[in-house]
Amino acid sequence: MSFLTYLINGISLGSVYALIALGYTMVYGIAKMLNFAHGDVIMIGAFTTYTICSTMGLPPIVGVLVAVVVCTVLGMAIEKIAYKPLRKASSSLAVLITAIGISYLLQNIALIIFGANSKSFTSIVSMEPIRLADGQINITGETVVTILSCIVIMIGLMLFINKTKAGQAMLAVSEDKGAAQLMGINVNGTIALTFAIGSALAAIAGVLLCSAYPSLTPYTGSMPGIKAFVAAVFGGIGSIPGAFIGGILLGIIEIFGKAYISSQMADAIVFGVLIVVLLVKPTGLLGKNIQEKV
Amino acid sequence: MKKLNKLVSVAVASAMVMAMMTGCGSDGNKSSGGTSDGNNGAATFKIGGIGPTTGGAALYGTNVQNAAQIAIDEINAAGGVNGYMLELNFQDDEHDAEKSVNAYNVLKDWGAQMIVGAVTSSPCIAVSEKTKEDNMFQITPSGSAVECVQYDNCFRICFSDPNQGEASAKYISENNLAEKVAIIYDSSDVYSSGIMESFVSGAASYNLNVVATEAFTADSKTDFSVQLQKAKDAGADMVFLPIYYQESSLILTQANAMGYAPTFFSCDGMDGILGVDNFDTKLAEGVMLLTPFAADAQDDLTVKFVSQYKERHNDTPNQFAADAYDAIYVIKAAIEKSGVTPDMSVSDICDKMKAAMLEINVEGLTTVGTGAGMSWNADGEVNKEPKAVKIVDGAYAGMD
Repeated sequence: MSFLTYLINGISLGSVYALIALGYTMVYGIAKMLNFAHGDVIMIGAFTTYTICSTMGLPPIVGVLVAVVVCTVLGMAIEKIAYKPLRKASSSLAVLITAIGISYLLQNIALIIFGANSKSFTSIVSMEPIRLADGQINITGETVVTILSCIVIMIGLMLFINKTKAGQAMLAVSEDKGAAQLMGINVNGTIALTFAIGSALAAIAGVLLCSAYPSLTPYTGSMPGIKAFVAAVFGGIGSIPGAFIGGILLGIIEIFGKAYISSQMADAIVFGVLIVVLLVKPTGLLGKNIQEKV
Repeated sequence: MKKLNKLVSVAVASAMVMAMMTGCGSDGNKSSGGTSDGNNGAATFKIGGIGPTTGGAALYGTNVQNAAQIAIDEINAAGGVNGYMLELNFQDDEHDAEKSVNAYNVLKDWGAQMIVGAVTSSPCIAVSEKTKEDNMFQITPSGSAVECVQYDNCFRICFSDPNQGEASAKYISENNLAEKVAIIYDSSDVYSSGIMESFVSGAASYNLNVVATEAFTADSKTDFSVQLQKAKDAGADMVFLPIYYQESSLILTQANAMGYAPTFFSCDGMDGILGVDNFDTKLAEGVMLLTPFAADAQDDLTVKFVSQYKERHNDTPNQFAADAYDAIYVIKAAIEKSGVTPDMSVSDICDKMKAAMLEINVEGLTTVGTGAGMSWNADGEVNKEPKAVKIVDGAYAGMD
């Protein structure tokens, strides 16, 4: 019985990782850059919702929509100001370092505006938990909503990329920027669109992360962001279903590691598994499937 | 460089004078006269205070400053110590080790003969290096890191971080609060793991049954479901949380979601849980924490102190205020015991007072209701009975 409880907890944690990993993998797949500020965009999204819902008292749906808009604008602004001028830089390292810089910048701005004190996030999900086996197994509303959102977003993204013109343009840019430009594709516009979508996903991820784990500080996004990055690499970075599977598996491994081996060793186990997977399959679980790559 | 130092000290001194004037009217004149020249043999003991009165930890420093001033005014109004008056000069360190050393230098120029502070641990350690050099008597109200009192001229009012663990075990055992205890601690944090270790060894000597010891790290502190599930499966009726309130708020939320309702017992890191913005304080109902002071206790000393504090500062004092209030009375007791006088050198005062510290026994706000006072050993660690409070209706309430 406790096995099932742990499994559900693992899926619950993993679905949050998966949701964040979708944004990571999307941006990496197309722009070929690691956006380390993704975790902090998540935090900004959560703070926006917190301000709208808890401070101003507006309904959750308004909070989520405003957060999506704020994060989309923020993501595009970051791309335009910080990443685009460096796209032609000789080494991709420059963009990577800039992304880390942006990450610290966002954290410190949030620190100035909201302070270091942690805030308790009111869940936007009002669904009652599903109780099975006489209440011994509890599936919270947040878990259900997060998993459903994950699946919907994953399918939506895949349809968007494979069926729409803009999506096809993204695929083309990801294959070869130069050739795409010669074919008349607006490369800068496509990459900006990618960041917009990635950041909108970050807003949703932020809201659901804080609904499930309701403690909000300026550093809330950074560690889940890194874990989600690990999940994306685990599943095969650039692959959308890979991010989903990677996230869920990472959550389950983390919880099982804590439960059955040692809670002191949880992180060592997670990263140990990652190393083993990458040794056996350097592109990640679904990394080989280039057709799926966005 | 010298010029710069002078400039800084002038600026700090004038800021201090302004703070004194706004803080406590009549004392402002006295202290502004004493800034320029050093110890002129006047019949006052000059006590320097160091703590953060601005910045993130400002709440701690202002509580210490205000409470120390209240204690000093009380003592002076009652005729002083052996006929000598006490005078406080409190300097801001912004919870920064470097600034605390600057503050110490300013106080030395002012002629400070002993130091109350620093309020927070890392500045306190930095200041203790300096007081050690000068052999100046130092007592910290609240610096809880072990190294704060590593030198023999330094003492403290609060328990050290690890000693809180043993004190918690003792308190739980003596009050029969639990049969089986589970611990959830942060293995990546020295404060938390230090308390955990001393709790475990304390539990052995006080016959407490620790059924589960579960860890988390700074890198994985969002999900506590496994740790709670293991505590529940082990049948723990109490969960000991030697951690800070940010993580505690998540643990309380998750325990509630899974329908697990043990007694939660914590240390001073839990202080602040009720201040988390938007936190549902119902979740913290019944949580106990080891803290030396409950502002709503009904004994005479606490009532008198709290009402005076409220009257002067329109705010409720916290445990830092209580520690500081006691620190001043401890200084008084040590001066009386040692018979030092203000015209002695700083080093002589220190030598006599540190010898006296080992002999005195002082009752104060932080020992009220325990039936015993505070005494000190040569390591500078305080020996006193632990006290705890319980959260009832969203506020601290005394346990008895």
